[in-house]
Amino acid sequence: MKARVFVTLKNGVLDPQGKAIGHALNNLGFASVGEVRQGKVIDIELDEKDEARAKARLKEMCEKLLANTIIEKYEIELKP
Amino acid sequence: MKSAVIVFPASNRDRDAADVLEKVTGAKPHMVWHGDSNVPDVDLIVVPGGFSYGDYLRCGAMAAQSRIMRDVIAKADKGVAVLGICNGFQILTESRLLPGALMRNAKLKFVSKPVPVSVEETQSAFTRLYSKGEIVSFSVAHGEGNYFADDETLARLEGEGRIVFRYALGENPNGSRNDIAGILNEKRNVMGLMPHPECACDPLLGPPDGLPLFKGLVEALA
Repeated sequence: MKARVFVTLKNGVLDPQGKAIGHALNNLGFASVGEVRQGKVIDIELDEKDEARAKARLKEMCEKLLANTIIEKYEIELKP
Repeated sequence: MKSAVIVFPASNRDRDAADVLEKVTGAKPHMVWHGDSNVPDVDLIVVPGGFSYGDYLRCGAMAAQSRIMRDVIAKADKGVAVLGICNGFQILTESRLLPGALMRNAKLKFVSKPVPVSVEETQSAFTRLYSKGEIVSFSVAHGEGNYFADDETLARLEGEGRIVFRYALGENPNGSRNDIAGILNEKRNVMGLMPHPECACDPLLGPPDGLPLFKGLVEALA
């Protein structure tokens, strides 16, 4: 099974990188660009057949290592 | 005072810390590799600056999961003094020994320069030889020293006198909330700070403003 984990900053936590990207896009002429937030995508191959178990394991991985839950939130997406 | 310095792949201020510890204690500290299981029986553990594990994922995130950190956490829980400097501070927050997190500097630039820092709290083994409000000069050298904690945590830190060092004279180099440069844990035996007191201990390199920190520890923990 394959999984994709999205790690992004929580709402309200300042994201200076996102801001810089937003400015750069504005400077390139993309005038419609508003707020930009940057995050991480982590692809994981998992030797697991059961979806519920896979999700539980991934949640544990996020809590223990992949995200710093003081500043970041995460989303898990399973791929068949 | 017996001391140990933890060494991770890409630690780079470990020997600066060791030099100061030898100078103030008269004995070489144990240099403990990250893959070891146990820190020897010591009074002070220093988690030094550097770029442990290449700052992969997040600064300090991998180091916080290393085998040696399990024992550092266990010893901290038993009351052993732990000092985390720069990357060491990041490792201690990632290990949850200290609250909050250190994020990218607000202006996205790596900052390497001396900064004025005020001593906010002297009721700790780390700062007992300073006077409250004293302004010292420590160098900073980091790209991710922007201290963040939620409002509730900040209020607790402020209320319990756990903010030990603050950037002073309007020179906050990284955007840290409340100008925080260093904090204590609840039991006051663990301290983390972004500036480098270990690099301000030889008069050849400028005012030795970091020496009282280490001398104070020797007095308190001897």
